[in-house]
Amino acid sequence: MTHIFSMHLGILRAALHRMFVSKLGGLLNILVIGVALSLPAGMYLLLQNVQGLVVQLSGTPQISLFLPMDAKTGDIDALRQQLAAHSAVASSEFVARDRALEQLKQSTGLADVIGGLEKNPLPDAFIVSPKQSNAQALDALRGELAQLPGVEVAQLDSEWAYKLEALLEFGRLAVLILATLLSLALVAVTFNTIRLQILTQRDEIEVSRLIGATDGFIRRPFLYFGALQGLLGGITAWLIVTVSLLLLNRPLAELSQLYASQFTLHPLAFGDSLSLLLFSLYLGWLGAWLSVARHLSQIEPR
Amino acid sequence: MISFNQVHKRYPGGYEALKNVSFDIREGEMVFLTGHSGAGKSTLLKLIAAMERSNSGSVLVNSQNVGVLKGGALPYLRRNLGIIFQDHKLLFDRSVFDNVLLPLQICGFDHRESGKRVRAALDKVGLLKREKTNPIALSGGEQQRLCIARAIVNRPAILLADEPTGNLDAAYAQEIMAIFKSFHQVGVTLLISTHDEGVLCDANIRRLALKEGVLQ
Repeated sequence: MTHIFSMHLGILRAALHRMFVSKLGGLLNILVIGVALSLPAGMYLLLQNVQGLVVQLSGTPQISLFLPMDAKTGDIDALRQQLAAHSAVASSEFVARDRALEQLKQSTGLADVIGGLEKNPLPDAFIVSPKQSNAQALDALRGELAQLPGVEVAQLDSEWAYKLEALLEFGRLAVLILATLLSLALVAVTFNTIRLQILTQRDEIEVSRLIGATDGFIRRPFLYFGALQGLLGGITAWLIVTVSLLLLNRPLAELSQLYASQFTLHPLAFGDSLSLLLFSLYLGWLGAWLSVARHLSQIEPR
Repeated sequence: MISFNQVHKRYPGGYEALKNVSFDIREGEMVFLTGHSGAGKSTLLKLIAAMERSNSGSVLVNSQNVGVLKGGALPYLRRNLGIIFQDHKLLFDRSVFDNVLLPLQICGFDHRESGKRVRAALDKVGLLKREKTNPIALSGGEQQRLCIARAIVNRPAILLADEPTGNLDAAYAQEIMAIFKSFHQVGVTLLISTHDEGVLCDANIRRLALKEGVLQ
């Protein structure tokens, strides 16, 4: 067992050695793979972050019911009872117009501007939390509540979040297409590297065949090389994404402070990082395997 | 050990290299294969190692029909053979030691054990002091001996040599013949091809003479 392990370790060491003998060429290959993979990985990371933001901001969807400016206490009580009795409403909260103005002052820092207003421009409102949160049910409920007497406008708070979600879906598809194309490029790069290696090691392959090497023995170093190159490319991509993120986070923090929020980009999660490395390793292995399958059979001992 | 039965070999293009060749070599026997260049000596050796296939007839090695072996079984046949190539086929990207190590790596030998075996093989052909040299720095005779070391490091039961004394002067040739005889004494089966009758001073050794593809 240890003997088989040490044999494989030896092949791996030889592959590493081979990679660093051709210093510049090997490094350039790894860099090409790294840059190619960092594009979809970076875009994916951005999408993840924006999505996190959407969830954070929208929370559970709510419907705001705005009452007319001249709503009377009796109307408000009637509406409250109707909402409490409604089967699709989980809970509702009344926000008086004075309280709404107070909140606006505190949360936006526009106290001076608001203080200069002659009268309160905000109407009384109910904030309704529905039981179901899928888009269709919400839309139906919003239409129904708008018809209630005493309600002037009914607004779905998280409508923008659904629009953004649709946009994100588009973005995800774009990342997928980009990732597919660049993966093909990675396989092609490895294919060609291994092809050149096979050509330069033609003598060794031929002699090995003549003295009893199995196809597996001949194939193995090339497969290891491809997988290793893919893995190092994946690590490079990870580094590119992570370092770019760190660089971007500082100006982003300053920018978001200006908008009175604290938004920073989160780095790739552990699971995603692992997926990136395993995927790049697999693609390198695949490129090497295709190349070996194509080119080794052409070398027959004479 | 090696048995040819009515073997024909025709190359694409119609050239007939071997015609109706039959012979038997017993285990532990040492046999010379003689004939002018082009008589079919190399072809005959290639048929044994399954580097070529016969068009008809059968080639048995260790009572195994080599002609019908599948690709996957070939490596295991070749591990039983030590082959000394006419053009040496040494690898110039590695040391003398690593050239001899290659067959052991292929068979998956233990690291420490294989080091001992490589040195034993190099010692036998008198190249132990050159183990770190690149084979390109060796003389023709030394390269030939290196090729022998690589062929025997695996301790094969059968040794095939294609023109091992081909372009060596008489003194070197005798030296190499002496090495072969020492293998013969420890029970290895040897088949050595040569066009140079001068090295065959020992009349006791069996000869197979080929002439234009026909066994005389």
